[in-house]
Amino acid sequence: MVEKDMQKTENVSATERIRSVKTFVPRVDIYENKDALFLVADMPGVDEKTVDIELEKNVLTITGRVENGRVAGGTLMYSEYEIGDYERVFTLSEEIDRDKIVATVKNGVLRLELPKAEQVKPKKIAITAA
Amino acid sequence: MFNPTLWRFRRFADVMPEMLNLQREMNRLFSAVGQKAPQDYPAVNIWEKEGKAVVTAEVPGIDPGKMDISVSGDLLTIAGAAENQAFAEGGTYLRQERGIGNFKRTLTLPFQVDAQAVEAKYERGVLKITLPRVKEDLPKKIKIS
Repeated sequence: MVEKDMQKTENVSATERIRSVKTFVPRVDIYENKDALFLVADMPGVDEKTVDIELEKNVLTITGRVENGRVAGGTLMYSEYEIGDYERVFTLSEEIDRDKIVATVKNGVLRLELPKAEQVKPKKIAITAA
Repeated sequence: MFNPTLWRFRRFADVMPEMLNLQREMNRLFSAVGQKAPQDYPAVNIWEKEGKAVVTAEVPGIDPGKMDISVSGDLLTIAGAAENQAFAEGGTYLRQERGIGNFKRTLTLPFQVDAQAVEAKYERGVLKITLPRVKEDLPKKIKIS
């Protein structure tokens, strides 16, 4: 991978925040099957309490707060990565059944399951012999 | 008033800061040669706390049981595998940005590590390894008799 891909991408377009920390764009995988859309985001440093998912109309916003990325009482001697929050916004093209969204966070990875609404699910049409 | 020579001189002056910038940029590019390679995965931060080194690394989504951390002398090796999550049959990837595959990184510390006392913690996708120095390596206080 090229150098740019390996490093965290700083978020430039995010709205300004009260907390004076940098925000980064989490790297995501998105895949779908006929029933749902899955989103997996790398957000090291967040847990279920500090992650926030919002779906308004078809705009999905994921934010994560990193609270204790620093070593308490320690002095940073050498640094290759910066510590900061995460924010990323997606526009979803399909109707999502928002009541059935499932989100889990494990080992700093957010996993979202966004089930498609009944009316947009592909339907199989049976052909009857004439 | 605006004779050609003066005009040319002014044009050149406009270019100067640009050229200096370029020179600075080139120096920056080449001065990094041979230093740490930022593309090494995982990226680490090294902290100093109470005479111990604390190495933190962001390695999200790794099974801690499959992570391999070893210490020998002044070398610390972090290895593991980011697995491709299997998904339900009939799925298609729309976007794939997360890295997958094996990784291994060796760091040289500025002291000999007490391998018995190394502690490693993996929380929220962040790995934290505390590395104390060996006793023989600690600075000794010498009394004046």
